[in-house]
Amino acid sequence: MTVATSSRGSIDGSTFVVGFLTFCVLLFAILGVANAADWAFRVHAWMFLIAAFAGMAFLLGWHESGAAFPRFDPTYYEEGVVKAGIIATMFWGIAGFLVGLVIALQLTWPNLFYFPDFGWTNFGRMRPLHTSAVIFAFGGNALICTSFYVVQRTCRTRLAGGMWPWFVFWGYQLFIVIAGTGYLMGVTQSKEYAEPEWYADIWLAIVWVTYLGVFVATLLKRREPHIYVANWFYLAFIVTIAMLHIINNLSLPANLFGSKSFSLASGVQSALIQWWYGHNAVGFFLTAGFLAMMYYFIPKRADRPVWSYRLSIVHFWSLIFIYIWAGPHHLHYTALPQWAQTLGMTFSIMLWMPSWGGMINGLMTLSGAWDKLRTDPVLRMLVVSVAFYGMATFEGPVMSVREVNALSHYTDWGIGHVHSGALGWVGFVTFGAMYCLTQWVWKREKLYSTALVEWHFWIASLGVVLYITSMWVSGIMEGLMWRAYNQFGFLEYSFIETVSAKHVEYIVRAAGGGLYLTGALIMIYNLVRTARGDVPVEDRRRSSQPPTLQPAE
Amino acid sequence: MTDHSPEIDNHSGVETTGHEWDGIRELNNPLPRWWLYLFYACIAFAFGYWVLMPAWPGLPGMSGATPGILHASDRAKVAGELSALARDRAALSAKLATLDAASILKDPQLRQQALALGESTFGDNCATCHGPGGRGGKGYPRLADDVWLWGGSLADIEQTIRYGVRSGNPKARVIDMPAFGRDEFLKPAQIDDLVEYVMHLSGQPADEAAVARASQVFIDNCKTCHGAAGTGDRSRGVPNLTDADWLYGGDRATIRRTIFGPRGGVMPAWGDRFDPATVRALAIYVHSLGGGE
Repeated sequence: MTVATSSRGSIDGSTFVVGFLTFCVLLFAILGVANAADWAFRVHAWMFLIAAFAGMAFLLGWHESGAAFPRFDPTYYEEGVVKAGIIATMFWGIAGFLVGLVIALQLTWPNLFYFPDFGWTNFGRMRPLHTSAVIFAFGGNALICTSFYVVQRTCRTRLAGGMWPWFVFWGYQLFIVIAGTGYLMGVTQSKEYAEPEWYADIWLAIVWVTYLGVFVATLLKRREPHIYVANWFYLAFIVTIAMLHIINNLSLPANLFGSKSFSLASGVQSALIQWWYGHNAVGFFLTAGFLAMMYYFIPKRADRPVWSYRLSIVHFWSLIFIYIWAGPHHLHYTALPQWAQTLGMTFSIMLWMPSWGGMINGLMTLSGAWDKLRTDPVLRMLVVSVAFYGMATFEGPVMSVREVNALSHYTDWGIGHVHSGALGWVGFVTFGAMYCLTQWVWKREKLYSTALVEWHFWIASLGVVLYITSMWVSGIMEGLMWRAYNQFGFLEYSFIETVSAKHVEYIVRAAGGGLYLTGALIMIYNLVRTARGDVPVEDRRRSSQPPTLQPAE
Repeated sequence: MTDHSPEIDNHSGVETTGHEWDGIRELNNPLPRWWLYLFYACIAFAFGYWVLMPAWPGLPGMSGATPGILHASDRAKVAGELSALARDRAALSAKLATLDAASILKDPQLRQQALALGESTFGDNCATCHGPGGRGGKGYPRLADDVWLWGGSLADIEQTIRYGVRSGNPKARVIDMPAFGRDEFLKPAQIDDLVEYVMHLSGQPADEAAVARASQVFIDNCKTCHGAAGTGDRSRGVPNLTDADWLYGGDRATIRRTIFGPRGGVMPAWGDRFDPATVRALAIYVHSLGGGE
């Protein structure tokens, strides 16, 4: 809870505790630097040390400056951390898309984009950098940022915790930097989407539980009788990610000052826990979290009521209950017992309608406002994201069927599926939300340029379509080539032949990724001009016209 | 103001719930029927699948999971398919393993089958180094031409595949060139001259004074294996230095590096991994690539 102080000398309680925690980090970091067992750990200890030092210096300066009295004024919304979140989201978005483009080019022209003198540019290091940057850095910042905005507005109260939301923000950025630099230095525990090593995991757990505390405390002090549906989804996302992250990362460090640990679970149990985690990262991070975003920004932007309260309740609870079971479909035809595969597949099929409930509610909320799609490309982006969501959540259950999976698994079809969700759904709904938020928190009447949003929309849409279709073609092609037998019953193609066959599709995919990145760069330009308060392009044109009517010639 | 009584939405004529957050209201539309029935259908499908297939573990009185009334088992299916395959191929395997190469090649059907097995095996095991179609690469011999280090007859090829090169197998093909530079058998200047000599041997432009200086060095150090003319010795795997084919490269820097210290390339003993029939099929396939003798 915030403590509004009236005199300059007294210390804000939350700031004091954050400062103390930062000081503890500083002490641990010094110990780490002094005793590091390997160079990567030493680099990371230095990073923690510098971050903690900078954090303490900032807190002290902020306290001494005496700015913003009363501190954390409860009569205002906390919008600074939302602004920081928008900047972080777009920064990491560009970084993640760029690395994605680089590794797409590496796969397309492996000889051109291969630099043996710079081992850290190898595909194996860059690939987790890409996935983590887009999911956790871009997506995660978008979720934290929008949740901080939405929970305040829909609870009609300032964000709880005083300095703690800022701790969540900067703590999360520190985690991202530790994770990303770790990949480049070869620090990994080799669990997909959970690559960071034990100390980064512990740090994220601290940050994440703080995030949960801030969110719940804000809900508890709400000045509304009910909790809005977006907040159910945000809460489900935050709670479940905390659980998944902690359980999947249980491990024993080989050295208390080293960057290597051993997983507590082993063998097929470890694999099952990993995919219970991996699939619910999709379910609760990339689905529930972004549905929360959808449930606020679509009705808000369309200025229409949410279509069905009842549907939101039923699809929320059915989604939450069923999603958590679906993970084993990532391990079809493996050492995983067949009964577990059965459950993974059948729960994935039952998940189809609960997923589509969100799509129906999103699209039907537009009823009565469909005309706005012609004039408002931001709303169009939000709606197209829901359409991609619907497509990906149908494709998912189909691919979870064992017989389909026998063809699709390990192929580019999976990459295409993930990107129709990531680029089409997660990316577009985030772009829509960021266009809205930039305008709202910087208090601008409109965006700098609607025309540039149109350009972003069409360029990015074309990029997504190129990406998905090329991966469908290459995925199904390589799946069929892998299982092709010649007349004598021997395999028709060697693996390398199936790789060479995909070259054209890989060029198309890289082009799609390039377009998507281009669209995001256009967006950044637009957002910066909007935030700076530059006169919108459309207004400038209008004001340059003569004010009087001209006779037709 | 945020918990008003339900009102009627102008556009749709549907009642709202009366809740409002930050200007967002909710309509009280019922669940779409098609959505609900599809949901029920998916649940019914799941229940049906559980009855048919292995599904739920931990039920009282059962060890393991419910087997399902179809008693389906992936593992049993795979085991059955593998043994059926072994049965189908038994005749082919027996012939490949026992007949001599000449009679295999004489039987067109058997030859075709051997080539199919060889090609399939080659693609996922040998092509990693030797390239698709055996086109070779730096440090990995090209198998599609008639230049052979250890001989290009069917028997020679088969022996190389079965026991490998420097593989650790007692019957492996092994030849080691001394590390003339690293072990300081020769002075750097002598190596420089030798590089010119080898360039000269292979018909490339070379410094004639250096070639003259190196001729005695070559006789003292290289002739024993590579022969006086540098044509090599296939019976011992010694490369011919007078042709345009190079395993690592025929430019000055690469030749210097090779003289400085041996490369010691390794090929695994595939006989440890494949049955004799597959090894023979591989030999027949490699023999057919273009340079078989």
